[in-house]
Amino acid sequence: MTKSFRSGSETVTAVTGVDLAIAEGEFFSLLGPSGCGKTTTMRMIAGFEEPTGGVVRLDGRDVTGVPAHHRDVNMVFQSYALFPHMSVADNVAFGLRRRGVDKAQIRSRVAEMLDLVELGHRGKHRPSQLSGGQQQRVALARALVNQPGALLLDEPLGALDLKLRQSMQVELKRIQREVGITFVYVTHDQGEALTMSDRIAVMNRGGVEQLGTPAEIYEHPATRFVADFIGTSNLLTGTVGGRTDAGTWRVEVGDGATALAAELPDGAEAGAEVHLTVRPEKVRISVDEPEGAVSRLPGTVTETVYLGSATHYQVDIGSDQRITVYQQNTSGSGLVAERGERVWLSWTPDHSYALTD
Amino acid sequence: MSTGVDTPTVSGGAVPGGPGAAGGTRPARARRRTDWGRVYTIAVLAWLFLPILFMVAFSFNDPAGRHNITWQGFTFRWYQDALAYPDLNQAMFNSVSIALLTMVISGALGTLLGLALGRYTFRGKQLTNLVMFSAISAPEVVVGAALLSTFLMMNVTTGYWTTVVSHVMFCVSFVAITVRARVITLDPRMEEAARDLGAGPFTTFRLVTLPLLFPAVMSGGLLAFALSIDDYIITSFVSGDVTTFPLWIWGATRVGIPPQVNVMGTLLFLVGVTLAVVNVINSRRKR
Repeated sequence: MTKSFRSGSETVTAVTGVDLAIAEGEFFSLLGPSGCGKTTTMRMIAGFEEPTGGVVRLDGRDVTGVPAHHRDVNMVFQSYALFPHMSVADNVAFGLRRRGVDKAQIRSRVAEMLDLVELGHRGKHRPSQLSGGQQQRVALARALVNQPGALLLDEPLGALDLKLRQSMQVELKRIQREVGITFVYVTHDQGEALTMSDRIAVMNRGGVEQLGTPAEIYEHPATRFVADFIGTSNLLTGTVGGRTDAGTWRVEVGDGATALAAELPDGAEAGAEVHLTVRPEKVRISVDEPEGAVSRLPGTVTETVYLGSATHYQVDIGSDQRITVYQQNTSGSGLVAERGERVWLSWTPDHSYALTD
Repeated sequence: MSTGVDTPTVSGGAVPGGPGAAGGTRPARARRRTDWGRVYTIAVLAWLFLPILFMVAFSFNDPAGRHNITWQGFTFRWYQDALAYPDLNQAMFNSVSIALLTMVISGALGTLLGLALGRYTFRGKQLTNLVMFSAISAPEVVVGAALLSTFLMMNVTTGYWTTVVSHVMFCVSFVAITVRARVITLDPRMEEAARDLGAGPFTTFRLVTLPLLFPAVMSGGLLAFALSIDDYIITSFVSGDVTTFPLWIWGATRVGIPPQVNVMGTLLFLVGVTLAVVNVINSRRKR
C-alpha cells in the first residue's frame, strides 16, 4: 500500500510499499515513532483514508474504495471519541442499532459487553461521568460489541497514566483471548507492543523495517533503527576481518579489540564496515579475561548505576565507543568493578548481529 | 469578585494592627480595587437593565393623559386590556410570526453554512466569510434601501414575505458564526467513530453532529429571533403595507404610546429570558 497526501503544491508520502498480511485472531502491532505512517496505515484499513496505490483486503475481499461504514472493522480512537450526548449503554448499542439488530438482543449484548469490560453497573451514566480508564473501556466495548472482523486500536492507552496503562495492557490481552478477534494495535510504546503482541511490524519513515514476533524483533533486530528503537542496544562500528575455526566472523572494533558475529548480513564480506548490535543484558562483565569462543573486549568502567535488582555499567572500549552492560545482582557481592577499573566484556557470538544499515 | 471581597477580612480583620504600618498598604489597596470592580459591575448591570426596568415599571403605570412618561400610580389595568388595539395585536402577530420563520429558516441555513465554514476548505470560503461579515457590519439603512431597490427592480411587491426574506438575509450570518465557532471545537473523530460503527453520512449528521451542535444552533436561532422581532430600519423599507410591532410603536409616538406597548414588550422580554434560560440549562445538562 502507498499513501500520499497533497498539501498545497507539495506531495507528502506518508506510507510507502507497506505490505502486511495479518492473520485471523492475531494480536498485531504497528510500532514506530510519531510520523512513521502507522496511523495512516490503520486509517486505510478502517476506510478513513484511501490508498493512493495498492489494495486493502479484509478476509480475502478487496475493500479498497468501500466507505468506512460498510467495512467490517471497528476502531478504538486515541481520544476515545465517545458520544457525549448519549449514555454509556447507548454508546455501546450504537453500532448494533445501525445494523438493525432487534431490541432485546441489543440489550443483552450490550449488557454482556459492559460486563466483559467490568462496567456493567455504569450503563446509564454519561461518558463524562467516568474516569479516563473507564471511558477507554467503554470505547473498547463499543467497538467489540459489533464482533468485527478486526479491531483497530489507535494508541488507546496513550492518555492513561503509567499504572493504569500497565493494568490495561493485561486486560486488553485477556479480552482479546476471550473474544478471539484480530487486534491491530498502533503504538509508539515498544514496551506495550512487546508485552501484548503476537507479531509486530516496526515502521519507520513510511515503511516497514521489520516484521516478526516480539522475541525475534528484540533478539534479532534486522536494522540499526530497530535495534535502537526497541529496548536499549549497544551499536559498535567495525570492520569485518577473517573467519574463525568455529565459522564465526571476526569484527575489528578498534584498538585491536575483536568481537565475533555468527552471521554477516547479505552482501557484506571481509573488509566491509558493519554495525554490531548487542543487548546490554547479554554482555558479561568480569575483571579476569574470560575463556572460550566469545567476543572479548577490554575496557574501562566510566559509570556505574546501582538499581537494586541490577547494576548498569558504562564501559569505554576505546576509539570513542561505549558499551552499556546490565548485570543482575544475583549474589550479594555488589559491584563487579568500580569506576575507572579495567574490565573485560564478553558475549557469545549468537547474541550480536552484524547489520549494514 | 467574591475572592476580592474575602481577602480583606482575612488579612485585615483577624489580627487588629497585625499587618502594622509596614504591611498596611496591601490590604488597603486590595480593598479599594475590589470596590471599583463592584462599582463598575453594578454600573454596567444598571446601564443594561434600567431601560428594561422602566419598560416593565411603566406597564403598571396609571397615566393621567395620553403620554405614559411620568409615574402616576400602580395598576394592572393594561394587562387586562392588553389586546385593546386590534392594529397593535395584528402588528404583534406579524412580528412574532416573522421572527419565528426567520429563526427556523436562518437557523437551518446558518447551521449548514457554519458547518461548511468550520469543517471544510472549499473555493470561495474566504469570500463567504467576507460576505457574512459585511452583512453584519453594513449600516442597516443602506441594507434596507438596497433591499428595497432590489425588490422594486425585480418587480416584487413588498410585504410580509419580502420582510421574512430580508430578515433571514441579515440573521443567517449570526447563526453561521455561532455554529462555526462550535464546529471548530468539535472533535472530528466523533463523526469518524459514528461512520466506523456503520452510520452513513446522513445518519452521522442526524445522530451525532447535529445533537452536538444543537446548543449553538439554538443560541444562533434565538439570536435571529431577537434580531428579527425588534428590527425597525430594514423592516421599514421592505414591509410594504404590513405593520410590525416596532413599526406600529414608531407610528404611535406622534399620538402617544399606549401602555399596552409596555405590556407586550414586558411579555416578550419574559418569553425571551425564559427561552435563553432553558437553552443554558439544556446545554449544561448535555455536557
